[in-house]
Amino acid sequence: MNQLSLLGLISLVVRRDLVLAMRRRADVLTTLIFFVMVVSLFPLGVGPEMEMLRKMAPGLVWVSALLASMLSLGRMFSADYLDGTLEQMMLAPQSLAIVVLSKVLAHWMVSGFPLVIIAPVLGMQFDMSAQALWVLMITLLLGTPILSVIGAAGAALTLGLRGGGALVSLLVLPLCIPVLIFGAGAVESVVSGINAGSNLALLGAILVMALAFMPWITAHALRISLE
Amino acid sequence: MLEISNLACNRGDHLLFSDLNFSISAGQLLQVQGANGSGKTSLLRTLCGLVIPAMGEIKWRGQDIHELDEKFYAEMIYLGHSNAIKDELNAVENLRISAGLAGCKLDDKQIIAALRRMGLRGREMLPVRVLSQGQCRRVALARLLLINVSLWILDEPLTALDVSAVGLMQELIGEHLANKGMVIYTTHQPLEVAGVETQRLALS
Repeated sequence: MNQLSLLGLISLVVRRDLVLAMRRRADVLTTLIFFVMVVSLFPLGVGPEMEMLRKMAPGLVWVSALLASMLSLGRMFSADYLDGTLEQMMLAPQSLAIVVLSKVLAHWMVSGFPLVIIAPVLGMQFDMSAQALWVLMITLLLGTPILSVIGAAGAALTLGLRGGGALVSLLVLPLCIPVLIFGAGAVESVVSGINAGSNLALLGAILVMALAFMPWITAHALRISLE
Repeated sequence: MLEISNLACNRGDHLLFSDLNFSISAGQLLQVQGANGSGKTSLLRTLCGLVIPAMGEIKWRGQDIHELDEKFYAEMIYLGHSNAIKDELNAVENLRISAGLAGCKLDDKQIIAALRRMGLRGREMLPVRVLSQGQCRRVALARLLLINVSLWILDEPLTALDVSAVGLMQELIGEHLANKGMVIYTTHQPLEVAGVETQRLALS
C-alpha cells in the first residue's frame, strides 16, 4: 500500500544522492583528479618512447580507473550510516536492494561517468589511435558501473570498521580482475587489429550479472553491518 | 497490536535481557525503563527488526515481523538516537525524502505546516547544518506528523528538547494515542500524557 513505484523510488534516491554530491563537490573531484594525475604520471616517469607508451596505454588507463574508483567506495554508505539515514532506509517499506541499486547508480554518475568522459583526453598522451580511444570509452562505460556495483558490496561489508577504507580495496580489487582483463584486453585487441567484440560481450555479460545479483548481496551485507 | 513473547537479546557474548513478554495494543503507551547499558536501545532496535533476537518472537497483528518485513515497516516509524537528517539539505528537503521513502507523497505546504507546528517557523529553508541540536531534533520529530502510521518507536525522543518542545511532544503522543496509535519509547525525563496510563517495562 505504501509502495512507491519502482521508478519513483529510484529517481527519489538518485536525485537525493546527486544533490548531496553537488553540495559536497570536493569529494567528487578527488576521484577524477586522482585518475588524471595517475595516468599523467606514467608518460613523465617512463619517458617519451611512443612505441612503449602506446603498448602500455590500455592497461595503464584501466588500472588507474580501477584504483580511482576504489577511492570513493568508502563514501558510498558511510555518511548515511553515521547520521542514521541508512537505518531509516532499511526501515522504509521499500525494497532495500532497489535503494542500494539507486545509490550505486548515483555513485557511478558522480565518480564513474566522469572517468569515461575524461579517458580519451588522457589516452592522447599515449598517442592512442582514434579507434582505440573509442573502444577505451566503451569499455569504461561498461566497466565502471561493474566496479561501482561490486564495490558497493565491499563498502557495505566494511561499514563502521576502523580502517575500512583500505580494507574495501583489499576485498574488492581481486574481484575486479576479470573486468580489468576484459576491459584492457578489448582495447589491446583493437590496437593490434583484432575484433574487440568478444571482450566487450564478456564485459557486458559481467555487467548484467552484477546488476542482477550484487544489489541483493549488498542489501544483505548492510543488514549484517547494521545489526 | 504488537506481541512480544519470550524475547532474549545478546550484545556480543553478553546477555542483555531474556524471557521478556509484553504486548501493546491500540491507544496504549509503553515506556521502557532501565539504567544506561540495560539494553533499551537494543530492545527497540529488535522490535524494529534491525536486530535479530537471540530467542523469542515479535508478532505484529499475529504475524512474525520478519515474515511481514515491508508490510510491517509500512505501519511503523522508528526514531533513533541519531536524527537521520542530512546536514547539507534544508529541513523541507530532508522531510520530503524521508516521507518519500515511507511512501507518502507530500507537497511542500504540508511539510512547512508540520515544521511550523514543531516551532521551526522561518527555519524551513535553512541548511540543517546551521540549526541547533534541539532544532535538528524537532526536524526529525516532524516526521511523526507527516508519516501516518500506527506504531511509533521512539528512542530518547526528548534529547536536546526544551520545555516547550517537551510539552509539544506530550501533545503529539496524546493525539496519536487518541487516534488508536501505539507508542513505545524510552526516556530519562518525565513524560506524562494527560488521560493515558503509561505502561512501564523495566529492564535490569
